[in-house]
Amino acid sequence: MIHALTFYLFAAIAVVSAFMVVLNRNPVHSVLWLILTFFNGAGLFVLMGAEFVAMLVVVVYVGAVAVLFLFVVMMLDINMLSLREGMLQYVPVGAAIAIILAVEVGLLFLDWSFAGEAMSLRAAPTPDAGEVTNTEALGNLIYTQYVYLFQVAGLVLLVAMIGAIVLTLRINPNVRRQDIGRQISRPKSQVLAVRKVRSRGGI
Amino acid sequence: MEIGLSHYLTVAAILFTIGVFGIFANKKNVVVIMMSIELMLLAVTINLVAFSTYLQDMVGQIFTMFVLTVAAAEAGIGLAIVVVFFRNRGSIEVEDINSLKG
Repeated sequence: MIHALTFYLFAAIAVVSAFMVVLNRNPVHSVLWLILTFFNGAGLFVLMGAEFVAMLVVVVYVGAVAVLFLFVVMMLDINMLSLREGMLQYVPVGAAIAIILAVEVGLLFLDWSFAGEAMSLRAAPTPDAGEVTNTEALGNLIYTQYVYLFQVAGLVLLVAMIGAIVLTLRINPNVRRQDIGRQISRPKSQVLAVRKVRSRGGI
Repeated sequence: MEIGLSHYLTVAAILFTIGVFGIFANKKNVVVIMMSIELMLLAVTINLVAFSTYLQDMVGQIFTMFVLTVAAAEAGIGLAIVVVFFRNRGSIEVEDINSLKG
């Protein structure tokens, strides 16, 4: 009973806040609703017994991605009125496509069942939760069977980081930077000049 | 009342549909379109974890981690592109993003 109640609570808040993300006038409010959606998604993960993934969603989505969105939305100087002018024009199209998609997914639900041999085809059956915790079971898999994929995931993040830096880095020619090699290697003849100065005169 | 696999799949389907709706409804703001994509990715992860739980197979949760990785990378690169585009054109409306139309 408690399980059902919590499920409906998390699911309802997630769906409502997802709607608010899409329909909100202010992009900053959209980001805040997105954070609420992610928290409730994490709640659903906890209900399903995937605690580690739930915490990962909170840390990665809420802690990194949503805050990144927030920074970008707040830094871009967007004219909000003009952003929403044509909104109503596209809502019917979007609603029609969404309804078609929902009907298609519903049709899939009508005639759907697990394959008979699904249980015997599992790659890594979950160990008993009483003996091995969720995090431990995941770690046992990630660092053995999926270690190369794990490394590649890290590489994807590295490439994304370098890409984001390369895209947004601006080199301003008016800023004089230190170039230690050039500074050390310049010869005395370039820097020093001995002049004869007349008395009571200037150079 | 027993909460089963189909309940979670329904929530994921609704979230995914909202994400698709958001992409089409927000023609003006690229950042909201990217948030809709994040919503769709969240729906996909809910699907993966739901099947992982009900088949008692850990691989679904491992793939959820990879989806999270890709989502984070996509958000980083996408927002960097948005920032660069805003610097160059002073706008992030979808209709203005047509320099490549040839």
